[in-house]
Amino acid sequence: MSAFFAMDGYAAFVWPAYALTFAGIAGLVILAIKRRKDAESRLKRLEAEEAGL
Amino acid sequence: MFSYFANPERFERLARVVTPWAWGGAAVLFAIGLPWALVISPPDYQQSETVRIMYVHVPSAWLAMAAYAGLGVSSFIYFIWRHNLADLAARALAPAGAVFAALCLVTGALWGRPMWGAWWVWDARLTSMLVLLLLYLGYMALRAAIEDEKLAARAGSILAMAGLINLPIIKFSVDWWNTLHQPASVIRFDGPTIHASKLWPLSVMALAFTALLTALVFSTMRTLILERRAAVLERKREQRLEAEASEGFAE
Repeated sequence: MSAFFAMDGYAAFVWPAYALTFAGIAGLVILAIKRRKDAESRLKRLEAEEAGL
Repeated sequence: MFSYFANPERFERLARVVTPWAWGGAAVLFAIGLPWALVISPPDYQQSETVRIMYVHVPSAWLAMAAYAGLGVSSFIYFIWRHNLADLAARALAPAGAVFAALCLVTGALWGRPMWGAWWVWDARLTSMLVLLLLYLGYMALRAAIEDEKLAARAGSILAMAGLINLPIIKFSVDWWNTLHQPASVIRFDGPTIHASKLWPLSVMALAFTALLTALVFSTMRTLILERRAAVLERKREQRLEAEASEGFAE
């Protein structure tokens, strides 16, 4: 197991590469979800206002 | 064909089917690809365990280029036929492509340092990839800087189309110039020169990245449609408030 994490001495290069890739992808996904939620709630508020007239 | 998909309702129906399947597909493919890349695939006889960086570096590079091809093509469609959905696709592709380009450069540096002894060299492959990242950033900055949405879309589409010239330069940079970067070993006329034990996990990871980009683009395009709808209602609301205010003055 520790051999797996050691990556034959290249742990300092292999793991950051995977960590940064994960961070980049997770960032894209989280921002996309947040933006969708914001747009949905904004549209819902505006539509409710429109209907209330 | 473009006109067929330019119908917003048809797009909505398509997106509703494609998006969940693409998210699910990405999750499954990563669940297979990651253990394959990190554990099952063998270390390289020269590069040892650093070869595992390839499984995130190469898909990032491919997807950064594929996303740019998509950006260029949808910009062309928008520029010629003014299809709104093509512009939305371009807007959705740009940030994702920029992230993939950045990941390609960073993971490349992390691979270059132990194998070449340098984080960065100004060689043709690396430099043209950096240009790709700058094209993405320039595209997004240009669009953000122009307030008129139609004008921003047009200016952006021209920049995106001009940038297409960089794609063959990236692809063939390793053949045209003497570079430190290795030549193509997967996409070449005489077939891949990389061993199956590495080609398979690489393919799965590349498919996982592709599914992820597909899900992101479809999902973002639908978000942009919602935002546009909200903006229309907001404008209506402002006009109403203005009208009420001027009525108040008249009394």
